[in-house]
Amino acid sequence: MKQQYVYGLAALLTVVGLSVFIYKWQVLGFPISEDQETPVWTIESAIRFESGPGSIKVNLHIPTLTPGFRMLNENSVSRGYGFSLNYGSGGREAQWAIRRADGPQTIYYRISVYEDPRSDQSDTTPPFPPPPVINEPFKTAVDVIVADVKEQSADTASFTSELLRRMNDPSPGPNVELLLSNAQDYASFVTSMTTILASARIPARIVRGFELQGRQRDAELLAWLEVHDGVRWRYFNPLTGEESLPDRFLIWWRGNEPLINVEGGSNVQVSFAVQENHLDAVAIAESQAAQRGAALIDFSLYSLPIRTQAVYGVLLMIPIGALAMVILRNIVGIDAFGTFMPVLIALAFRETKLLWGVVLFSLLIALGLSIRFLLERLRLLLVPRLTAVLIVVVVLMLMISLMSHRLGMETGLSVALFPMVIIAMTIERMSVVWEERGPADAMRAGVGSLVIAVAAYIFMGLAWLEHLVFTFPELLLVVLALVLLAGRYTGYRLLELHRFRALARN
Amino acid sequence: MFASARKLRAAGVLGLNERNCEFIMRFNPRRLYPRVDDKVLTKELAIAAGMAVPELYGVIANQGEVRGFANIVTDRESFVVKPAQGSGGDGILVVTARSQRKRNSFRLASGVLISEAEIRHHISNIVSGQYSLSGNPDKALIEYCVEFDKVFAELSYQGVPDVRVIVYRGYPAMAMVRLPTRASDGKANLHQGAVGAGVDMSLGETLTGVLENNIIDEHPDTGALIAGLRIPHWDLILQSAARGYEVTGLGYLGVDMVIDQEQGPLILEMNARPGLNIQLANCTGLADRIARIDGIHDPRAKPAERARIARREFPAERQTPLPFAD
Repeated sequence: MKQQYVYGLAALLTVVGLSVFIYKWQVLGFPISEDQETPVWTIESAIRFESGPGSIKVNLHIPTLTPGFRMLNENSVSRGYGFSLNYGSGGREAQWAIRRADGPQTIYYRISVYEDPRSDQSDTTPPFPPPPVINEPFKTAVDVIVADVKEQSADTASFTSELLRRMNDPSPGPNVELLLSNAQDYASFVTSMTTILASARIPARIVRGFELQGRQRDAELLAWLEVHDGVRWRYFNPLTGEESLPDRFLIWWRGNEPLINVEGGSNVQVSFAVQENHLDAVAIAESQAAQRGAALIDFSLYSLPIRTQAVYGVLLMIPIGALAMVILRNIVGIDAFGTFMPVLIALAFRETKLLWGVVLFSLLIALGLSIRFLLERLRLLLVPRLTAVLIVVVVLMLMISLMSHRLGMETGLSVALFPMVIIAMTIERMSVVWEERGPADAMRAGVGSLVIAVAAYIFMGLAWLEHLVFTFPELLLVVLALVLLAGRYTGYRLLELHRFRALARN
Repeated sequence: MFASARKLRAAGVLGLNERNCEFIMRFNPRRLYPRVDDKVLTKELAIAAGMAVPELYGVIANQGEVRGFANIVTDRESFVVKPAQGSGGDGILVVTARSQRKRNSFRLASGVLISEAEIRHHISNIVSGQYSLSGNPDKALIEYCVEFDKVFAELSYQGVPDVRVIVYRGYPAMAMVRLPTRASDGKANLHQGAVGAGVDMSLGETLTGVLENNIIDEHPDTGALIAGLRIPHWDLILQSAARGYEVTGLGYLGVDMVIDQEQGPLILEMNARPGLNIQLANCTGLADRIARIDGIHDPRAKPAERARIARREFPAERQTPLPFAD
């Protein structure tokens, strides 16, 4: 009965702990390994223009839907301008306005995005475009081309590919030549493609954006073709007809409208600079979760002040060390002094480092024990004797620190980090065991304590484990479940297999 | 590793985790612990139940009374000082005689002379709780020093050999004789280096011995053969042990008894967490016997009947062939 109770409780704790963990990991995107850094791209657009005599209004298209990327934050730097974000026909627009301004003006808009392959915000399905009004002789050329391409294609995608292949043919036919004569630059070429597609009743639009790579001082806008096949938007390389999107292509805006519209200014120049940073994945997950309003995040340890975080970084590892101790004591069967003494010693090892920790601990215990035997002769009562041992421990720690400082071994100073009360109790307990049960038992339990402390230290020092527990404290519920199970473990301890080996022979 | 665990399981060996989880936690409610942890209380309960115990000379319950120690033992030649809540035999002082010339100088079982001041310091340590299980202030008992029956003379090096019986739900399940050695400093605790000798429950005869987890045939100090010794008053010992269940209410109990030359078996102490080395001493696992008792358990059975059933049910499974057996 009790057994089932414990199993049920352990299962419940594990399920709760693991499901919160998986939610935070998979849905909110918290990283499970420590040095997981996500590249963050900051794109800065600088708008420069000469101010006119009157009021100024600047409209800039800014990224709205960005497949493959998620926005981390955005801001604008502009002196004296009123700033607002609006939705226009081509997506989001940033608007700056000022009553009057003098001389050359510079306005900055900055956006930070990070890659997220899961980000595939799809636009709404557009209606079939109305047949565009095209003047002769172009109309006939377009009709002929559309009819030809239709012959040689099966669906929207193959139509688009075939159209683009023809338009890019090095030896174009007369109709193509006629149409191309109208396109002065690359963008207007893509725009005329959307017109041809529209006359075939295929929704298409020009998208413009950047290929993000490293640091670019003057990033160039790239025009691309976006075609809707009735289900989703597909991207085509206007120069080859190949269906693809360049690597790390950040779509800045869509449609035929110009990037920027400045009322009351002249000589408008827009330049883009791209900068790559690496940001802690945790920070990104947090800001993302905050944008979604996930309540779980309000209880994240990362919301605590940094100093408190450091404390909890250590505290959360204590259950891990204690779990190691439970396993070594109850399942392996190693003897030790005190219930949590080995874990507390392991905590001190974190500061002193392992080798010095073991050396200093053994030194302290050995010196303390020898002085404790001297105290035994004085026949002191228990409480004063324990206090005397404590004082001796403090004095010994002081002496070790001073000596090692003199010898230039600064590591010796860290002896002060040992929990002195625990050390004093260990010395007292060890001396009693020494006298009552002999040195062998005392040494065995002493070495056992040290072994457990070292094991706990190793477990508590695993950086990935520390990160995991700190980022996902709910995993402590799983640790609790394991401890509960260990509490009902009725099998043999490993060392009992040795102890009772005489009985196993038969 | 798993193979040897399987072998132990097949031999019915009880492990520490299983003992704690399945038997101590189930049959030994925490509220009954004081009955065995406080030896003064154990003694009172045992006397009330009509069981024989070593005579209590006096109790020292606080530091102020430590000076009265000399008065308690003024006309005693031998006595034992022990903590009321000690564990594992820690803190027990056995005084066998006084010095010929100085009456305030005492001879310990080991032969060492010790002054009255030293004994007072020891008592003071006991009272302040050095040997108590919880570290709380304790009481020191001063009681009759058992003149152990000569039957064990060959098999013990100083000190007092005692008989430990494991009583499960009132039925004696397994027994051993604990023989002091030079290494154990006259104490009868196995982890202090005493020899444990298994006992054939039906005959009351010793089997092989165990020393530090190893099975031995001879006493390490006297060289005497351990097996084949008939324990006197065996019936009475098993009955007293069985009655320990009624006295304490503990379902998993270790009863320690000494056999006094004149007074017969005396209950020394009882233990709510008896050790598992008794299995080694008997070359037999406890789990099988426990399962057997669970099968025949009858809550109305009287102690004498339960002792009789134990004698019937648990004869030694295989007689160890004696070297001189023909």
